[in-house]
Amino acid sequence: MGWNMPRGVLISCIVVVAALAFIPMADSRYLIDISTEILVYVLFALSLNVIIGYSGNVSFGHAAYFAIGGYANAILLTTYEWPLILSFPTAVVLSGLAAAFVAYFCTRLTDIYFAMLTLAFAMLVWAIAFKWRSVTGGDDGFVGVTIPELIDGRVPFFYFTLIIVTISTAVLWMICHSAFGQTLVAVRENITRAGFIGVNTRLMRIGAFVVAGSFAGIAGAIFAMYNRGVYTESAFWTESAQVLIMTLLGGMYSFFGPAIGAATLYLLERFANEYTQYWPTVLGVILLVIVLVLPEGLVGLAKRVRERLAGGN
Amino acid sequence: MDMLLSSPTFVFIQVLNSISLGMNLFIIAAGLSLIFGVLRVINFAHGVFYMFGAYIMYTVAQDLELGFVTGVIAAAAGLAVIAVVVERGLFQWLYGKEHLMQLLLTFAIVLIMGDLAKVIWGTDQLSVSYPDGMDGALNLGITFYPSYRLMLAVIGPVIFIGLFLLIERTRWGRLTRAATQDMEMLSALGINVPIIYVTIFLIGAALAGVGGALAAPINSPTPGMDATIIVECFVIVIIGGLGSLWGTFVGALIYGFVFNFGSVIVPNWQDVFAFLLLMVVLLIRPWGLFGKPEREGH
Repeated sequence: MGWNMPRGVLISCIVVVAALAFIPMADSRYLIDISTEILVYVLFALSLNVIIGYSGNVSFGHAAYFAIGGYANAILLTTYEWPLILSFPTAVVLSGLAAAFVAYFCTRLTDIYFAMLTLAFAMLVWAIAFKWRSVTGGDDGFVGVTIPELIDGRVPFFYFTLIIVTISTAVLWMICHSAFGQTLVAVRENITRAGFIGVNTRLMRIGAFVVAGSFAGIAGAIFAMYNRGVYTESAFWTESAQVLIMTLLGGMYSFFGPAIGAATLYLLERFANEYTQYWPTVLGVILLVIVLVLPEGLVGLAKRVRERLAGGN
Repeated sequence: MDMLLSSPTFVFIQVLNSISLGMNLFIIAAGLSLIFGVLRVINFAHGVFYMFGAYIMYTVAQDLELGFVTGVIAAAAGLAVIAVVVERGLFQWLYGKEHLMQLLLTFAIVLIMGDLAKVIWGTDQLSVSYPDGMDGALNLGITFYPSYRLMLAVIGPVIFIGLFLLIERTRWGRLTRAATQDMEMLSALGINVPIIYVTIFLIGAALAGVGGALAAPINSPTPGMDATIIVECFVIVIIGGLGSLWGTFVGALIYGFVFNFGSVIVPNWQDVFAFLLLMVVLLIRPWGLFGKPEREGH
């Protein structure tokens, strides 16, 4: 996967994945659960960043594709008794198709209009999941998802998640650093000029949306099996806001920023919930800090600190 | 469906229901649209402002028994105070910054005020009774109709005309419109632009408060009511065109009709219809019915 990946980054990635692979040795259910969930959110946040960080649009409805992936995988596995090897890719393709459909509409607009339209479409998905009781289980959720025997169990499922998330992240890295990814950055920086040099900017933006939607679908499909259920809340706009915050907390102009943001926010929520029932307020304060002090996220902060230290010497 | 075809009275009632719902939503969405039109900020906190309006109504009219009208005024005044604090304390630092940051700031307000409401009013569903003399139905000749809903259908247009005159016919309204065009030039001419901004934010928030107060007898105040209303308002202002008062008015009416008749024709799927309507409108007019194409950012 050495697609222009700097050696330092490559080594860090290998170390992180290898360290994660040893987690089940600690024999702690709590640790395995937390790690599995973080991996899912990492992939979810990384996928959103293709739209935000690379194509420069803000999607406020990214949870829709996570939910579609989850529902599709759960329903195909359970109701139709498909094997995982078919249901999983189908779920991902469906998320990608849904993203393509929505992107066709949304890319007619930019900026705020784009964000609001993505939100409206996500709420359409939520409304359908909520009302189509016979298929999705409505507000009771779709419960009792069939899990293939091979990955049925805490440890095997953790390895399954680790493998899928690692491969997906590698593929995302390649996409973002390919000619396509670089063109997206050109579109983000100056859409008019990108158009002048012959880039089909709308198609590029649709492409980014489809990539993001598909990988969100992967995350959703894993999460549905992990939870053994899918609930309508996973498509609600507050869920989209949550993943957006993860992405921004980490830093949207860096490939791995959102991963750091996802892990940080998840752990903060986990710990905050042990001390207070007012996690939303804590999250609100975190947001205020991002907006007023850290617009470039934790990665931006780390860079600034490093520069200050280097300047001091 | 059969009911719809066979009974003109039933259709008449549904038409009134649609207008009444649409007009209640208009009052709230107008505030959102106004704030966007002038400040260029998508205010996610508008839903939570609405919720506070409903809760204040409960406290004033139900708990303290000070009467319905006092409740509406208190909701407007309460939200005006909150708006000034939020605008001066937070928003003013973000004008001209990235839209994303403004959006996140409003979301932070949603989270914090949502928790605050739980601390103050708890998590139970609260009920607010109809104002005196409005708990019954009015004889309209062909049928009886709840007088409270009828009043909502009347208040909406009154507020619409009031806002229209304020923005289009007064000196202050002209200054406001100028501020959306060229804020720097306006302030160079000696106009106090920050005052205009804070006033617009205040009026927008107060409208959300009034909308919430008026909705309280119909939609019992409860946590989470902010999350639904904000999406409905978004749908309305996108259909009508962001920042257009006319658009919001028409959008709210259309939404009322689609939602109501949708629920009659295919029960339970009315939300889906509203979003489908949104898609159709945007396919034909990406900027909404009364909206203007956005200006290029660069």
